[in-house]
Amino acid sequence: MQVTRDFSHYVRDAGEGVQHIDLAVEGVHCAGCMAKIERGLSAIPDVTLARVNLTDRRVALEWKAGTLDPGRFIDRLEELGYKAYPFETESAEVAEVAESRFLLRCLGVAAFATMNVMMLSIPVWSGNVSDMLPEQRDFFHWLSALIALPAAAYAGQPFFRSAWRALSAKTTNMDVPISIGVILALGMSVVETIHHAEHAYFDAAIMLLTFLLVGRFLDQNMRRRTRAVAGNLAALKAETAAKFVGPDEISQVPVAAIHPGDIVLLRPGERCAVDGTVIEGRSEIDQSLITGETLYVTAEQGTPVYAGSMNISGTLRVRVSAASEATLLAEITRLLDNALQARSRYMRLADRASRLYAPVVHATALITILGWVIAGASWHDAIVTGVAVLIITCPCALGLAIPTVQTIASGAMFKSGVLLNSGDAIERLAEADHVIFDKTGTLTLPDLEVMNAADIPADIFELAGRLALSSHHPVAAAVAQAAGAKSPVVGAVEEAGQGVRAIVDGVELRLGRPSFCGAEALVGSAMVDPEASIVAFSKGSERFVLSVRQGLRPDAQAVIAALKARNVGIEILSGDREPAVKAAAHALEIPEWRAGVTPADKIARIEELKQRGAKVLMVGDGMNDAPSLAAAHVSMSPISAAHLSQATADLVFLGRPLAPVVAAIDASRKALHLMRQNLWLAIGYNVLAVPVAISGVVTPLIAAAAMSGSSILVMLNSLRARSASRETV
Amino acid sequence: MEILVILVPLALMLGGAGLVAFLWSLRSGQYDDLDGAAWRAIADDEPPQEAPAKR
Repeated sequence: MQVTRDFSHYVRDAGEGVQHIDLAVEGVHCAGCMAKIERGLSAIPDVTLARVNLTDRRVALEWKAGTLDPGRFIDRLEELGYKAYPFETESAEVAEVAESRFLLRCLGVAAFATMNVMMLSIPVWSGNVSDMLPEQRDFFHWLSALIALPAAAYAGQPFFRSAWRALSAKTTNMDVPISIGVILALGMSVVETIHHAEHAYFDAAIMLLTFLLVGRFLDQNMRRRTRAVAGNLAALKAETAAKFVGPDEISQVPVAAIHPGDIVLLRPGERCAVDGTVIEGRSEIDQSLITGETLYVTAEQGTPVYAGSMNISGTLRVRVSAASEATLLAEITRLLDNALQARSRYMRLADRASRLYAPVVHATALITILGWVIAGASWHDAIVTGVAVLIITCPCALGLAIPTVQTIASGAMFKSGVLLNSGDAIERLAEADHVIFDKTGTLTLPDLEVMNAADIPADIFELAGRLALSSHHPVAAAVAQAAGAKSPVVGAVEEAGQGVRAIVDGVELRLGRPSFCGAEALVGSAMVDPEASIVAFSKGSERFVLSVRQGLRPDAQAVIAALKARNVGIEILSGDREPAVKAAAHALEIPEWRAGVTPADKIARIEELKQRGAKVLMVGDGMNDAPSLAAAHVSMSPISAAHLSQATADLVFLGRPLAPVVAAIDASRKALHLMRQNLWLAIGYNVLAVPVAISGVVTPLIAAAAMSGSSILVMLNSLRARSASRETV
Repeated sequence: MEILVILVPLALMLGGAGLVAFLWSLRSGQYDDLDGAAWRAIADDEPPQEAPAKR
């Protein structure tokens, strides 16, 4: 059978006979890598562009159409020492990038206008206390209007649109008081300018927009960065399948290019990337990522298989079915939809703050106007004072209070191996007081480990490892890895479903099922571990058994202890069998655990805890965890998780240790503390400024100074989130 | 004060030129890879013919 790699799905026509492909590259960290990759790829004839993006860890390549096979770039990068995968930009990421650019354009326009209006305002402020002629002042005011009005109309779009959406839905958000404040300030300034008045607030209005856009851009940029990382991770997982393009011709194609009805080949040791039904072959499959059950299931003709299952022993041919036909997935999807709806009801801290803030501010402005009229002032003066109150209280610092902390905290979390999927995850994670862990793949490592390597003589273990290299079986792969084997034994023969054997120096070596090696007698005595797979090794007449299982994450115990020290409730909910869950719970000293739990049961348990007022953090990786990840107050997944779970989780953590869970909780608690502090700073500042505004002595100079002063104060306070506590576990 | 007739439009034109330059740089993707750009500034143009021996 011939296998070809087909990348045509990812190649884009860039016009003028040039083709374009984007690759996600692992391990690019510095300028050295960047230069090495760009030179290495540019050296290939007919390549017209090779440019590394260090922020997103990607390479953009262009070449003359029809001259090169994209596979060659990947091979070249492999030679240079980098693993690369073709990459397709998700539509969600495209939208984030476009939004990010739009905000940056708005920010550019607003900043330009602020600088120029300020340049005109300062002469007016100094002129008002010296010898400026009223005509000159009017001229400067008109010029300010000429700059500020179009700029505000353009740069204010993000706020006006969002405020309009909120008002149409009969709710309010932060953007409603912002929009009202800006529009009233500009409108009043125009009227004042027409009447040759002394004060106009063009500078304050446009400066407010600039500061708020900084906050908005930071918020957006964080989300864009997260999307880019998530997109790369999807590419690095390299979800491809071996599709039959002829009777015995196979092409390795990306999952996106596979359609229902296609037939794919599933070899031993491969993870299935599609849902379908087995049409030929017989094998054991590991469905732990889907059900949490660690016992292998036998697959034969007619057995349904799901994306994420690992094929263990035999080769299977699978006919691809539409995802909706699969009953398990349909059930999970239904639960997931319900849970996601519930979550969207969560109100962000910023919106909660503005819901309290807006009515108070607007009432204050109204009372100011009425108060001055009753006190005998003219309607004109009263309204001017009222608008001044609105301008000075416009939530400028409030708009910066949360995004600045979020940006800095997410950077700190990124360094400790945690990625954020949603912007408000930090607030929700900080509130969590009860953690539910899934067992398989979350508390335990997703890959297999040899548990009793220390009991086996080193030379025997190494020999077993070398022999294991000749097998595709995942258990054998674990043995080979544990032994650090490099060179396979020459002339090894694999017997499907049994094991591998070879003859070295006249002695027969066998590795495989205990019966295959004649080691049944040893198994009963030594092994009581219900989760372990037993593999036997024989050398001549010597017999050994190896116990292979998913080990606990190296620091799981320390993490559980650290969580207990933080007064967080802990429990295990697993779809796996009772003995396996009990053993893990015992090892980690977690008194509360349940085994054999279905996805619906998990949600029921979370609802029960919610009723009691607990804020649940769900940490899980399986597809069966996806609905409960969505139902929980906040959720986390390891990077090895099923695609669906990873997309649902609020946070994703990288690597083997479990420590990022604690690090993330600590960082988010600190961040929430700073966010609250910022909000109080902003409000306390307003409490000081409002009496000044109500008394009617506010000039544009005071408004401008107050606004920038409070914003800078809030930004400086946010920077404290950088020193996220280093002691984690 | 007639000098204002020259100075104000001049100032606005300079500011406008800055804005146009910013929008152009944004459009040409100069803000897409801020980390990489920081390193490119100090990268050597041509690599030395032979890599120095490993330290």
